[in-house]
Amino acid sequence: MSLQLDLRHRQGEFELRVVAEIPDGVTGVFGASGAGKSTLLEIVAGLRRPHQARISFHGDLLCDTERGLWLPAHCRGIGYVFQDSRLFPHLTVSDNLDFGRRHGRAPRDPGLRGHMIELLGLGALLHRPPSSLSGGERQRVAIARALLSGPRLLLLDEPCASLDVPRREELIGYLAAVCAASSVPMLYVSHSLPEIARLAQQLLLLEDGQARACGPINELLGRLDLPGLSGTDEAGTVLTALSTGVAGDGLNTYRHPAGELRLPGNPVAAGQPVRLLIRARDVSLAIGDPGQLSIRNRLAAVVLEVGLAHTGLCEVLLDAAGDRLLTRVTMETVRELGLEPGRQVTALVKSASLSQ
Amino acid sequence: MAAWATLVSLPPGIAVAWVLARCQFPGKLLLDVLVHLPLVMPPVVTGYLLLIAFGRQGTLGALLENTLGFSFAFNWTGAALASSIMGFPLLVRSVRLSIESVDSGLEQAATTLGAHPVWVLARITLPLALPGILAGAVLCFAKALGEFGATITFVSNIPGLTQTLPGAIYNAIQLPDGEAAALRLTGVAIALSVTALLASEWLARRVRRRHGRAP
Repeated sequence: MSLQLDLRHRQGEFELRVVAEIPDGVTGVFGASGAGKSTLLEIVAGLRRPHQARISFHGDLLCDTERGLWLPAHCRGIGYVFQDSRLFPHLTVSDNLDFGRRHGRAPRDPGLRGHMIELLGLGALLHRPPSSLSGGERQRVAIARALLSGPRLLLLDEPCASLDVPRREELIGYLAAVCAASSVPMLYVSHSLPEIARLAQQLLLLEDGQARACGPINELLGRLDLPGLSGTDEAGTVLTALSTGVAGDGLNTYRHPAGELRLPGNPVAAGQPVRLLIRARDVSLAIGDPGQLSIRNRLAAVVLEVGLAHTGLCEVLLDAAGDRLLTRVTMETVRELGLEPGRQVTALVKSASLSQ
Repeated sequence: MAAWATLVSLPPGIAVAWVLARCQFPGKLLLDVLVHLPLVMPPVVTGYLLLIAFGRQGTLGALLENTLGFSFAFNWTGAALASSIMGFPLLVRSVRLSIESVDSGLEQAATTLGAHPVWVLARITLPLALPGILAGAVLCFAKALGEFGATITFVSNIPGLTQTLPGAIYNAIQLPDGEAAALRLTGVAIALSVTALLASEWLARRVRRRHGRAP
């Protein structure tokens, strides 16, 4: 276990209470706005003093209020990518990248700088001042700058939040490449579940300042007892499928033991395994063969669990040939279709997005 | 002399400004009041207090003379001390405002990159506050140049030693045929002031352009 958290922090009416053990790898920190995600990151980085905390990383104590121990931020070796990039306006992109190398910990690998510049497409930007960069470019520089300071842990606080949708997609592509290429453990804060599903293997769920759950992302997504997750608009589950290439009509085709899927999106090479995030609101249910319908993606599934109802809707968890699938239906549907554990159904999938 | 006064007061001025801008501590208000006192007190009072403290009979003055053999009294260094104390509040005000305007988020970002707070100050805060520091230095210089009351009370008005520009002009006017000299000195004063203002404005613009902001 790498990052151990046990903290309590009060800020006016709001109380943050997190007890968690977070393994290495990329961990998504998910929660609604005001759930305490940024506060948690600031405390871990040493930018904010918690009232009561014991935080250790790989066995090294960063903070223990009981013993009066507090490691200042610059000694922690924790990189931080802020929502608003925070590039130094009086330095060029190149000098921004080298700031951590000059003043902090130098990364051991001398080729890392060139590698990061290539990976994040910064070659043409090096001699420009930050004020001349677009929002996406700034964030890419900020990510490279943080990684080049040789951090043991990287914290990312909604790096995509200030970007419009196309730029966000682009940055997530870059981030996925960085996550794949780097062995630095990361905490990735976001209130977008598809974003987290695309990048992270683990999930820490925050709700009203409380850590509700922490674990492998697939496991948590398939649980109905986490209303902060399954109850949200973004709720969904991850399905592992095999790409069978691009069909004549331009749709990507995927094979899954429970059925064929045809979905729009960037082309994926045939034979490549993919993980698809399917949102609960994009899944409908039918009993038997639904006949003529606009939805072409049909998966054979069995009802595993029917969740508790809230505001007339309830979540139903399905088993689709070993993968979990979440759907949201009205209470009326549950009664009419006789949905109960063991019931055979056909799941109709409207859309899905690629996941990590 | 005015240049010396400015140079000498810059490091402590920046230090005090930083403390006032970024630190919270009991007694901060007291420090604030103490720094600003010379701005609002009659200059003669400041000069008299200096005379009491640093004159040959003053506690601090006697201590300095006995240990280091150095005296401010009736010496040009005394004039510089009086001028820098009079210019200090203006310097601190200006530097403090510009440090407060530096985004503390940038300082946080620098610490997460592993930079020691001293380096953060040297590489981030001070370079970004440079326009304000320059403006403060010019104000301090101008105040030192025009200083009259505190200097004349503390170290008198000895030509070539402790005489400030206004002191010399004042002396010239007192003489029957000194008007030409007074006018010449006035010209010098105007030229020095305009040059200082232009130089600081030019430097500040260069700094802002380097920061990539519109001037």
